[in-house]
Amino acid sequence: MLRVLLQGLRDGIVTSRYPAEPAQVPARFRGAPQPEAGRPWAALPLPSVCPSEAISGGPNDTDRTIDLGKCLFCGRCAEPFPAHPAGSALRLGRDFELSVTRREQLLVRMGADSGGLVSAIDPPAMTSEALGEQVTRRIGATLGRSLALRHLDAGSCNACDWELVALLAPHYDARRLGIDFVASPRHADGVIVTGPVTRNLELAVRRTFEAVPEPRIVIAVGACACSGGIAGQSYASAGGVDRVLPVDVWVPGCPPRPEAILFGILLALGRVGGKGGG
Amino acid sequence: MACDGPSIVSSEVVLERIGATLADRLAVSTGPREADLTLRLARSDDLPEVARVLCEDLGMGLATLVATDERAGPGGGFQVRYVFEPTRPEGRALPDLFVTVEVCAGAEAPSVPSLAPLLPCADWHEREMRDLLGIVPVGHPDPRPLVLHDGWPPGLHPLRKDFDPRTVVPRLTAPEFPHLRVEGEGVFEIPVGPIHAGIIEPGHFRFSSVGETVLHLDARLFYTHRGLEKRAEGLHPDDALCVAERLCGACSVAHGLAFVEALEQVAGVGVPPRARWLRSVVLELERLYNHVGDIGNLCAGAAYHWGTSAGARLKERVQRENERLTGNRFLRGYVIAGGVHHDLADEASEIDALVQSVGTGLAELLAGLERNPSFVDRLDGTGVLTTAAARDLGVTGVAARASGVDRDARRDHPHAAWHLAGAPPVHLTLKSAGDAHSRLKVRADEAADSVGLLRGLLANLPPGPLRVAMPDELPPWRVGLSSVESPRGASIHWLRADAHGRIDRYHVRSASYANWPAVPLAALSAIVPDFPLVNKSFELCYACTDR
Repeated sequence: MLRVLLQGLRDGIVTSRYPAEPAQVPARFRGAPQPEAGRPWAALPLPSVCPSEAISGGPNDTDRTIDLGKCLFCGRCAEPFPAHPAGSALRLGRDFELSVTRREQLLVRMGADSGGLVSAIDPPAMTSEALGEQVTRRIGATLGRSLALRHLDAGSCNACDWELVALLAPHYDARRLGIDFVASPRHADGVIVTGPVTRNLELAVRRTFEAVPEPRIVIAVGACACSGGIAGQSYASAGGVDRVLPVDVWVPGCPPRPEAILFGILLALGRVGGKGGG
Repeated sequence: MACDGPSIVSSEVVLERIGATLADRLAVSTGPREADLTLRLARSDDLPEVARVLCEDLGMGLATLVATDERAGPGGGFQVRYVFEPTRPEGRALPDLFVTVEVCAGAEAPSVPSLAPLLPCADWHEREMRDLLGIVPVGHPDPRPLVLHDGWPPGLHPLRKDFDPRTVVPRLTAPEFPHLRVEGEGVFEIPVGPIHAGIIEPGHFRFSSVGETVLHLDARLFYTHRGLEKRAEGLHPDDALCVAERLCGACSVAHGLAFVEALEQVAGVGVPPRARWLRSVVLELERLYNHVGDIGNLCAGAAYHWGTSAGARLKERVQRENERLTGNRFLRGYVIAGGVHHDLADEASEIDALVQSVGTGLAELLAGLERNPSFVDRLDGTGVLTTAAARDLGVTGVAARASGVDRDARRDHPHAAWHLAGAPPVHLTLKSAGDAHSRLKVRADEAADSVGLLRGLLANLPPGPLRVAMPDELPPWRVGLSSVESPRGASIHWLRADAHGRIDRYHVRSASYANWPAVPLAALSAIVPDFPLVNKSFELCYACTDR
């Protein structure tokens, strides 16, 4: 016992201060693909480069879209490709706080300007963040600033699950922020879902959600939960949580790093601002 | 390789024995790899006898089973391939050999004789084949579906080539799944899952017990079946690699590596030594972060939270290093077809320092656990898997070695750098008790060995290129077969190119797939509240079992 105590004193506090202090990402971190304005349109990789069909638009189109909900963050679209060895017009961002409260906010749009150069298309002006605000207001009013979540593995590869486990471990310790994962849906304010919702789990997913008292929220974590990810939509996969449950927050990534998930949970609580104000 | 002494199996011995029995009912060729043997049986009736000779007389075991729909392909009809590997005598190096036995199951109402009555480890393989391809294993003792759950329409088989993966499949009303029942006075059932109380993957466990004593445990898995083998079909190999890496988070490197090694065989490409070396580096990093985390998780099964936290801290340090080295905490994207993505030479001293410090932390954690009698008492004699059962079920990895089965794919089917001169030698730890404590000790020794291997690998990185060019299209119909030692044991991947050089069929037998049937057996020596402990001492993945 004494030895354990001394070891703890020696090792000190390892817990991150995120979100009070920003989290650092390493140099090789692969964030969201973003267009580099002013590069020739031909330097944009074709949709076929993407293994999860996150890039859409054809070779003659003058606009292209990257769906971060489908993105595996593999970085292949940002690598030089044979048709344009000088380098892709996409680069990988450093931002990991990518969670949103509306699915379409995960679409990165770009177009060709009159000179045939890449330009980012600003997201359509949000007339209001009605939906997201409604959710956070409702949650805020009912739950205060803490959240008890029931984890639902809806067919994940377990990477997202392990990152949720990490959130409760000493380095992240989500409980310091009033966030906990609970054993029973009856004790939960919502569900945090990983995986694309497999056919074999759909019934269990619905039943677990139904067992959560209202008002309840749904946080979709990872590419599979956001869109089906690499599993897509098939005989075995529904192709994303929103095909089965009403999703309030989408957390892209494959898997999202622990702080990215924490950001998504805090976004659900209205304690941090998301894209376009949230 | 030591081949002295009697009864070491070899291609020659196999040919002599099988050839004598079958004479002209046998066609022999080499492959998939150069040293491998493929035996094509003219009649599937001969299959049980061939399997008996290979397993009982020649000490081989069933490594994997691959069924394909070739009604419009090269073989005609449905083909079934049984892949065997040497497993005995233990305690010495066995030849790196796979013997594939091929039979045709016919085109209409396909069937083959079941091997399950003879080889318990064929049980799941054959039920999976019946579900996904509609090939009936005649004489299989268990008629229940495995992969396709309640409400799946009969007669619909998703791995058949004429099944469109986007088919919307109706859900029929279905009776309750027939779990194996134990009846008698005082016997009751405890259903657990598929959604569990913790952050755990989904599976359903049906305990039949009297008081706290477990009489029988029926485990039902495949809840996370995502159809990934079907998903890979028709894909460009680079895209299929993204699927392979996502079969499982915890085994991302092992699956990615097994896929590219099979792919490189198909393409006929040799990977340069430096790339092979670096592949071994990430393979051991994966083993290290999993093992230290899994030792922590075992403590969670015994409600010893200091151990859980200590293990989680060590795991997090390695995963942060993973992200620094490769941009992903699960090391995804580093192993690529033909080599590795980038060099790690500049980070060698940083990795060396980190793993050394993690090794020290692990030693302290273990000392803390072993000093605690109330913890050790929970593990000793809990969840016993006997050597005989481990052999019969073809158990692999930590679970096998803790039950005295001397197998490790790094030695038995060398991959990455493990067959290169100058690569540090892998040390295997064997225990014979087969209980949770043995699995803890084997896992801990293996993690410590990984630290040594990483330091040895990094100190001697050979010079040279990091990758070779891959052909844009694969040679049609060529097959690749690989076995990679993941943190859970040997994962065996089978791959074939189609007529257009894309993926025709991709089959994965993960280590967890081989080991899951052992868990309900081991649970019989435990009480119900110890089941989490037994389960965590095996620490198996559901995702790469279910695919």
